[in-house]
Amino acid sequence: MRPSTKKIAMLGLCTAVALVLAYIESMLPPVFHAVPGIKIGLPNIIIIFILYRYGLKEAAVVSLVRMVAVSFMFGNLMALIYSLAGGFLSMLVMVLLKKSKLLSVVGVSVAGGVFHNVGQILMAMLFLGTTELGYYLIVLTVTGILSGIFVGLCGAIIVKRIPNKLI
Amino acid sequence: MPASKNHKRLFRNDLIFIAVLFVLVSVLGLCFYLSHGEGDEVVVTVDGEVFGTYSLSDDITVEIRTGEQGKELNLLVIKDGKAHVETASCPDGICAGHKPISRKGESIVCLPHRVFITVHGADKKEEPDIIV
Repeated sequence: MRPSTKKIAMLGLCTAVALVLAYIESMLPPVFHAVPGIKIGLPNIIIIFILYRYGLKEAAVVSLVRMVAVSFMFGNLMALIYSLAGGFLSMLVMVLLKKSKLLSVVGVSVAGGVFHNVGQILMAMLFLGTTELGYYLIVLTVTGILSGIFVGLCGAIIVKRIPNKLI
Repeated sequence: MPASKNHKRLFRNDLIFIAVLFVLVSVLGLCFYLSHGEGDEVVVTVDGEVFGTYSLSDDITVEIRTGEQGKELNLLVIKDGKAHVETASCPDGICAGHKPISRKGESIVCLPHRVFITVHGADKKEEPDIIV
C-alpha cells in the first residue's frame, strides 16, 4: 500500500524538525569537557515520537535520512559510519524493548541512548583494531542513561500532547 | 483504573532498569579504575599498527604524521607525567579537547586519522606489591 500524502508530509516535517534540533545541538557548548563526543541527542526526541506514533519502518527511515543529512551538513564520512552503527543498534534494542511492553517511553529511550554509544564504540574498536576503549564505554554509558532520560521524557510528552487526528 | 495501574508498573520497571544499568556501570567503572594504576609509557598506534612508544617520565613532543605524504598531524605532548594532544588537523578536534591521560588503559582517540594513543605499564615484569 502506498503511504498517504498526509503521512509523507508528516514524516517530512518530522525529519525537518530533527535536522533543526541537530543544528541547535551543534551550537550548544560541549556538555562535559573531559571526555569529548558527548551529545544529548535532541533529534532522538523526534525518532522516539515516530517510533511510538507510526512504527519501526517509519522511525528507521527518518533516522537514516537524518543521519545522512546531518553528517553531510555538520560532520564527515567517518561520523556517518559511526552514527549508522549506533543508530542501527539502538533502533534494534528500542524496538525489541518496546515490543516486550516491559518499559515505558523513558526506559526504551534510555536503552536507545546507551546502545547508540555501544554501537559507536564497537565500530570504533573494529576500525582501530583495538579493544582498549572500555574506559570510553563506561563514561558514555552514564551520559547515555542521562540523555536517554531527558530524550524519553520529552518524547513521552510529545507523544501524549500531539493529538492522533493530526497524524 | 487499569490504564494508570499499567502506567505505574511501567514507571517502576523504568526505575529498576535505570538503576540496574547504573549499578552495572559503576561496578565496571570501579573494577576498571582499581585495576589500572598510573602507567609508565604511551603507545601510539595508527591504523592498528604501532607508530611509537614514549615514556611518560620524559617531557617530549611527538608529531604524529598520517595521511598522504603525512599532511595530517596530531601533536602529542608529554609533560609532567601526563600525555595530551596539543593540536590536530582533523575537522572535529575531539582528541585535542581530551583531558591529559596518565593511568593505565586510558586513551585518546582521533577517529578521522585512525590514531589511537593509550597508556601502558612498563614492559618489564611487574613485581607484585604484596604476596597474599
